[in-house]
Amino acid sequence: MKRIFFPVLLAALFLASCAGQGPTTLTVMTHDSFAASQPVISAFENANHVKLVFLKSGDAGAALNKAILTKNAPLADVFYGVDNTFLSRALDAGIFESYDSPLLAQIPAEFKLDPENRELPVDYGDVCINYDKAYFSTNDLPVPATLEDLAKPEYKGMLVDENPASSSTGLTFLLATIVHFGPNGFLAYWKSLAANGLVVVDGWETAYYTNFSGSSGHGPQPLVVSYASSPAAEVVGPIQASSESPIGSVLGPDTCFRQIEFVGVLKGTTHLALARKFVDFMLSQQFQEDMPLQMYVYPVNPQAKLPEAFVMFAQIPTQPARMSPAEIAVNRDQWIAEWTQTVLH
Amino acid sequence: MLEVIDLWKFYEGSPLLCGLSFHVAQGETVCLLGPSGSGKSTLLRIIAGLETPERGQVCWEGRDLAGVPAHQRGFGLVFQDYALFPHLTVEQNVAFGLKMQSRPASEVADRVSKVLAQVNLSDMGGRTVTDLSGGEQQRVALARALAPEPRLLMFDEPLGALDRNLREHLMVELRSILRASRVPAVYVTHDQEEAFTLADRVLLLHEGQIIRSGAPPEVWGDPGSAWAARFLGVGNVVEGVMRGDGRVATSIGVFAVKCSSPHRVGEPVTLLLRPAGAWPLPLKGGAAPEGCVSGTVTDVVFHLERFKVSLSNGLFFYLADPPRVGEEIRLELPPSAIACLP
Amino acid sequence: MDSDSPSLINPALVRRQRAGAWRRVLPWLAPGLFLGLFFFYPLGSILWLGLHSALLGGIVASVFLPTVQVFLFTVYQALLSTLLTLALGLPSAFLFARYAFRGKSFLRLLTAIPFMLPTVVVAAGFNALLGGRGWINLGAMNLFHLTTPPITFVGTLGAILLAHVFYNTTIVIRLVGNALSHLDPRLEQAARTLGADSRRVFWNVTLPLLRVPILAASLLVFLFDFTSFGVILLLGGPHFSTLEVAIYEQATQLLNLPLAALLSFVQLCCTLVFSILYSRLVTRRGVSSTPRPADTKGRPARTWRERFFVGGIVVLLFLMFVLPLVSLPLRSVTRLEADRGQHTAVQYGLTGAYYLDLFQNPSETIFYVPPFAAIGNSLLYATVTVVLSLLLGFPAASALARPTRLERVLDPFFLLPLGASAVTLGLGFIITFNRPPLLLVTSPVLVPLAHTLVALPFVIRILQPALASIPDRLRQAAASLGAPAFRVWLTVDWPIVRRATLSAAVFAFTISLGEFGASSLVVRPEYPTLPIAIARFLSQPGASNYGQAMAMATILMAVCAAGIVLIERLRLPGAGEF
Repeated sequence: MKRIFFPVLLAALFLASCAGQGPTTLTVMTHDSFAASQPVISAFENANHVKLVFLKSGDAGAALNKAILTKNAPLADVFYGVDNTFLSRALDAGIFESYDSPLLAQIPAEFKLDPENRELPVDYGDVCINYDKAYFSTNDLPVPATLEDLAKPEYKGMLVDENPASSSTGLTFLLATIVHFGPNGFLAYWKSLAANGLVVVDGWETAYYTNFSGSSGHGPQPLVVSYASSPAAEVVGPIQASSESPIGSVLGPDTCFRQIEFVGVLKGTTHLALARKFVDFMLSQQFQEDMPLQMYVYPVNPQAKLPEAFVMFAQIPTQPARMSPAEIAVNRDQWIAEWTQTVLH
Repeated sequence: MLEVIDLWKFYEGSPLLCGLSFHVAQGETVCLLGPSGSGKSTLLRIIAGLETPERGQVCWEGRDLAGVPAHQRGFGLVFQDYALFPHLTVEQNVAFGLKMQSRPASEVADRVSKVLAQVNLSDMGGRTVTDLSGGEQQRVALARALAPEPRLLMFDEPLGALDRNLREHLMVELRSILRASRVPAVYVTHDQEEAFTLADRVLLLHEGQIIRSGAPPEVWGDPGSAWAARFLGVGNVVEGVMRGDGRVATSIGVFAVKCSSPHRVGEPVTLLLRPAGAWPLPLKGGAAPEGCVSGTVTDVVFHLERFKVSLSNGLFFYLADPPRVGEEIRLELPPSAIACLP
Repeated sequence: MDSDSPSLINPALVRRQRAGAWRRVLPWLAPGLFLGLFFFYPLGSILWLGLHSALLGGIVASVFLPTVQVFLFTVYQALLSTLLTLALGLPSAFLFARYAFRGKSFLRLLTAIPFMLPTVVVAAGFNALLGGRGWINLGAMNLFHLTTPPITFVGTLGAILLAHVFYNTTIVIRLVGNALSHLDPRLEQAARTLGADSRRVFWNVTLPLLRVPILAASLLVFLFDFTSFGVILLLGGPHFSTLEVAIYEQATQLLNLPLAALLSFVQLCCTLVFSILYSRLVTRRGVSSTPRPADTKGRPARTWRERFFVGGIVVLLFLMFVLPLVSLPLRSVTRLEADRGQHTAVQYGLTGAYYLDLFQNPSETIFYVPPFAAIGNSLLYATVTVVLSLLLGFPAASALARPTRLERVLDPFFLLPLGASAVTLGLGFIITFNRPPLLLVTSPVLVPLAHTLVALPFVIRILQPALASIPDRLRQAAASLGAPAFRVWLTVDWPIVRRATLSAAVFAFTISLGEFGASSLVVRPEYPTLPIAIARFLSQPGASNYGQAMAMATILMAVCAAGIVLIERLRLPGAGEF
């Protein structure tokens, strides 16, 4: 009697736990600007019998730091949102699992910045200066065309930038200026910007949706460090050939810097298979085609078709600034500290 | 000289001082004697200018002081618990009033040492006031009030917190200082021994009014009312009825007495039977003869060379030889011990 | 008898003495362990990390200048804030102690509310009043047809100073006002009879006697301003960095934990010095005058100058304390701008939508949990904090109520968390409890632990005088009548201590609800607290986010204000202030 009792009990418990369990939960840690359309998400959830939970944890840098601080007991299974400016910090912290996704074959080499595939590229965008067309035409001002223009007195107090210590957008723009003016000259440029009434805020959301005059916030500044794809987001109404975006991007020499965003499986996850499936999902055509109108970024997968609004209004810089991740890795902290000293204090 | 005319003061709706009037002449020490809570401190504060009366005047040498703020009156006030400035030394406390008068520093130092000598605290100048004993603190308070040469000194039960020996010692000192300085003084107390020792004139305060004013022997000899007699503890107060032949019948005996104001037969009369001078009589049968008191001894207390004998009927007398407790005694009262109270 | 005669060593006596010693140590066991594990151990980790990397990593040279700069600014803003607080607080203390006027007790309560309001609520309130989208700016823009807000408030030094004055004026009013009402009025009367007019009475008698309370209040205000975190972060913006903010930034943004630890060390040293100075000053006898019951009634203003003084201060206090507190709820029910990314027309006007939005959480919002869940989390954390701090505070307070030498040694250690900044506590947690066996850093339990650490000194300080006031004779009488220890406690101690316990519980509850500094570092994203939620929503653009921030802040303010009013009602007359 005793010999069959315990196996039966165990089996019953096992069955009960299986039956009682709902779908597994897969937690994805992201920055605040993450967005995806519900049908696309639901498709993945239903196909894999999983519930997706998105932990929005501040700006990309802040979210990454949180993940690093809790690496011994990770808060999530997958992390999306590390970009090339923070890549070295993410990889050095050793919080990601390597995963050679089969979909990587489709993606151009220029995006694959991690040879070990701990971080896989998902999308890219260009950090550029957006301007409010209405403001400049009403006030009869020429739109600034170069970085040097921004320091001119006629544009005093018009530019809002993000703090590179807390915002990857701000950091990316800072790198653009370093490419343009060199590591020895960029501080002088920023000093002139600060003297010219530069407004500094903590993150892109605030800069764009609160300070920028061209967005829903109708803020005080007509120039904002933002993305070349933002003009596509501001088009109102049905798209016709004559449609115009109320905002534009400054596409001068080195005024833009390419930002690539990555996804990675966090070490210590208990749902490794599912996490990898999600990574594949993010690189798949379905998700990649959904991204542009949700997050206003470009897909890395060349097979993904771009939506019409994007094609018409998102702008691609001709002379984007570039810097190797290695160089960024070595100097980032020092440059941030120097910038803070010069601009904030 | 100070003149208080028809002073009225209300406290929480009910009257405290009711038309109070008195005066203080130059060099005179006047003691206001009254039970606790009768408004004595309030009266002093009104004179000092710290409170305003509802009605009445305070005049100095004929001039009404209404509208003159306290710091311009030049009246010194010595408080019951001294009110010394705890953050200043003895010297600094005493010098305070002189500083307010903006006198030159050398004059201040001079005067301070003179006054400290007057109160026998010459070598205590640098001490902090919180380290001093009660008697020393009181003397500092006195010195502080004297130093700026006030035109009137007021004392609010200054010796109340001290023990008996110290109090008696300080009373004598105070008296000599007041005599020597010739400053008019108003001294307020509920202790009649203090009042009678220090005063040139005693004022009895009862229910907001001065009911008796006079030199100590006068007041003691003729309290002027039953209440005053009781308050002063002058003797036994007994109620009785006028009988017509110059005699008053009371519950404890019949007494022959001459009253200043005539009473008709049957009118109630209050008698004062002084405790001194009673002569014990041998007990004989029958009721007590006229002018005698009898009763059972309930308590015998030795009281400074004589014995205070309390009787069962509530009376007390001073006798040279003590009877035993529980003994029946009969005392004859000399006519001088029997007085009529209005 | 020779000295080693056995009859002189009474074994029973020795046993009793040993038992007595054990009983004296017992009450300290639980709170001591708690403090040791969750305060001193993390603190030690911070110090070790900071000094270790400073001495060996050689970071000192490169960070020396910025660190000195940050330190100097911290001192500068704290000093300025303290002076401004005194400028408003001293006349107010005189007002409340000396004069009677209509609405006096209401105004007094009003000035007491800010002290325990969470920094996020204060920041939200000032934001709602003076921020770029606040009432005054929007009103001015509408009235004068301006395109940009005329008043720049958020992000200026003025915002920091104003918020500090808002917070700390009540400290000056309490400490100085209390001393004033205990002053023997006969001292001032004596001065007047000695020829001093009101001005000279003030300078020569009143003010010197207030020297100690004024100094104590200044020191306390300076300490609070020095360790101020939420105000600098939320109202000062990126341009201002104090030690606290720098610690937070280095820890969370730049991930430079060694530098954060070094800064914490500097912070700890400073706050320790100030705390010691303050406690020395307060426990010293100081200048004692005759103890009298406090006269808090005051008299109505009589002369024109007095009326002007009373009226002026009342109006100033009203503006200072009522306006920000009223702007907040008002803003939470008005829609004045578009949502984030909204291209449709905006419906301006009164709306209850923000409160309803708190219950919803569409997937594109910034939180995994609906904001209302944050409220639930905060209530849960607060309850746990109350239970923990009472359980630990009671034994410590009852031991302190009957101090022996052991207590005198241990007392300052238990008050240390009061001086250590909340951010330092949070930092200590995340660097200490991030590996097994104490892998707590992702556990939500760290939050109430941190809150308990912050609340414990206050709880002890409230319970101790109540427990000390129980006369031993009562206990002995009960015991001699045959009552066992528990019954003695129930019938003698508890009725006397009941009020203080409730007061301490409400205090701990309110502190936990509003705690922001430590929580910023240790809170788990799936279980956010209300202040964290408010701060996040406050920094997000759009009417919906801003409105929800205002709605949550209003709720938090209402709960905390209710707590403070309750504490005031429970305050024993004559009990110590701080």
